[in-house]
Amino acid sequence: MNELQKKALEIRKDVWRMIKNAKTGHTGSDLSCADILVSLYYHVLNVDPKNPKADDRDRYVQSKGHAVEVYWAILADKGFISKEELATYSQYGSRLIGHPNNKVPGVEMNTGSLGHGLAVSVGIALAAKLDQRSYQTYTLLGDGELAEGSVWEGAMAAANYQLDNLTAIIDRNGLQITGKSEEVMRVEPLKEKWEAFGWQVLEVADGNDIESLIRAFETPHEEGKPKMILAHTVKGKGVAFAENVAAWHHKVPTDEQYEEALVSLNQQLEVLEK
Amino acid sequence: MSDKEMNKIANRQVMCEVLTEAGKKSKDLLVLTSDSRGSASLVPFAEALPKQMIEVGIAEQNIVSIAAGLAHSGKRPFVASPAAFLSMRSIEQVKVDVAYSNTNVKLVGISGGVSYGSLGMSHHSLQDIAVTRAIPNLQVLLPADRHETKAMFQALTHSDQPAYIRLGRNPVQDCYSDANYGFEIGKAVTMKEGTDVVLIATGETVRIALDTAENLMKDNISCKVLNIHTIKPIDKEAILSAAKETGLVVSIEEHSIFGGLGGAVAEVLSEVADVIHKIIGIPDEPAVTGTGLEIFTHYGLEPKSFGKIVKEMVAQKHDKTGV
Repeated sequence: MNELQKKALEIRKDVWRMIKNAKTGHTGSDLSCADILVSLYYHVLNVDPKNPKADDRDRYVQSKGHAVEVYWAILADKGFISKEELATYSQYGSRLIGHPNNKVPGVEMNTGSLGHGLAVSVGIALAAKLDQRSYQTYTLLGDGELAEGSVWEGAMAAANYQLDNLTAIIDRNGLQITGKSEEVMRVEPLKEKWEAFGWQVLEVADGNDIESLIRAFETPHEEGKPKMILAHTVKGKGVAFAENVAAWHHKVPTDEQYEEALVSLNQQLEVLEK
Repeated sequence: MSDKEMNKIANRQVMCEVLTEAGKKSKDLLVLTSDSRGSASLVPFAEALPKQMIEVGIAEQNIVSIAAGLAHSGKRPFVASPAAFLSMRSIEQVKVDVAYSNTNVKLVGISGGVSYGSLGMSHHSLQDIAVTRAIPNLQVLLPADRHETKAMFQALTHSDQPAYIRLGRNPVQDCYSDANYGFEIGKAVTMKEGTDVVLIATGETVRIALDTAENLMKDNISCKVLNIHTIKPIDKEAILSAAKETGLVVSIEEHSIFGGLGGAVAEVLSEVADVIHKIIGIPDEPAVTGTGLEIFTHYGLEPKSFGKIVKEMVAQKHDKTGV
């Protein structure tokens, strides 16, 4: 577990560097879901960087596509792409664009417009059911994204087709561009809503705690039900000045802020090393 | 043509036959409907291949995303949903999940154009060609009759590229005698040779163009008729050579005069000089309501009115060129 926590800190450092250099990115969104992606890519998902299109691979669709820097950093660390390529992020002609791009090995589907990933994942999971294949399908949604009606069309269909091979995760950090999600558009009560739609819902009180996340991922599906992991996270997690501040949704750090962030992340790494 | 000779088989029924036959050969061929299997004449498919029929309910955004996910996993989904909704309500899913992610989804817009004549603008699809053809990586097709529907769907069951296909609701009079005329996606068909003017049509207006051409022979006007069953990728060569041969193009379509077949043809003709082109279609207004035939007649999409316009255009051309 210690190793995964260190990994999440290293990935956070990559995210800060990429966004500082490119002068663009969704800092807060990346940092809130970094632990979810680390749990998935370093423990849960059966994926092989050497064979990214293997038939039996697990599928991951990132519906909250804007949190892409953390995704690129992980794909590079896993070896789907080279670490050097991260420096091209957001540059003219680079395939590492500001949203998931399926020209990059390891990326299943293009996303960016919110409210698509769940329904696409329903199709992917349904195909596994039709062909009696054992791969699992995972998709990550933002909480602001839940205002999109298409999310609920997908939610309905997943339960209707009894997709107990599908897991969705909500990165419930409570903030979006304008401010508090509950003030922008009330989406609570989330647990009850998803249960009413026919889902098994697991709440993770600390969605930045990798151990708790993995426990939720490893909890078996109830038969015939898709599984929702409602992860209560902190936007901007890992660097005090960026935590729980809506403006950090897509804020770019100054040189001083970047240095401060790195000092903080390195200190946390030192604690884990001991 | 007497009633006895009129074709009674709708294009959608032919689609069902082709898909059922292909579905029996491949379990990966799926049909998705949005509570639309009846409207799409796909009940026989559902009965023959229940495991290959996915019902999504009245959710046109969902049906496209789910189809994209299925296609990404190796399936060959055909989505059949009313054209008015599939080309509008779902268009972002079409753009992102199908075209951008490049998933092999065939989007069949049923009851296209003014098929749902009396139901009003909500159910008319007169912008679908304009919208879909502006999306990269998406083919756009309209069959002229049941034979072309057969040939087209046979080709589509083997193609790996996303496509939007618009079908009308009612049977249309035959334009071909059978399906064995060498249909090819992207290749226009010269239905009739002629020297004074080329009539360019697509879908259900091909028959109108053919009847108009026949009528005008009495007036010694020789019309070439070009069937653009594939609006994208468009057959530039066929359009350019027909335009150069005749110097006069009149296009006719069951679509807004903006951005449809006429627009696509005009884009091609903008590269050549000395060709006159008139676009006949539905003007920029909520279309009138009534039966399909009443609406076509209202807007002059029938051989008599269309013939009059073609005749005037040919006369203008002769005045101008002195030939």
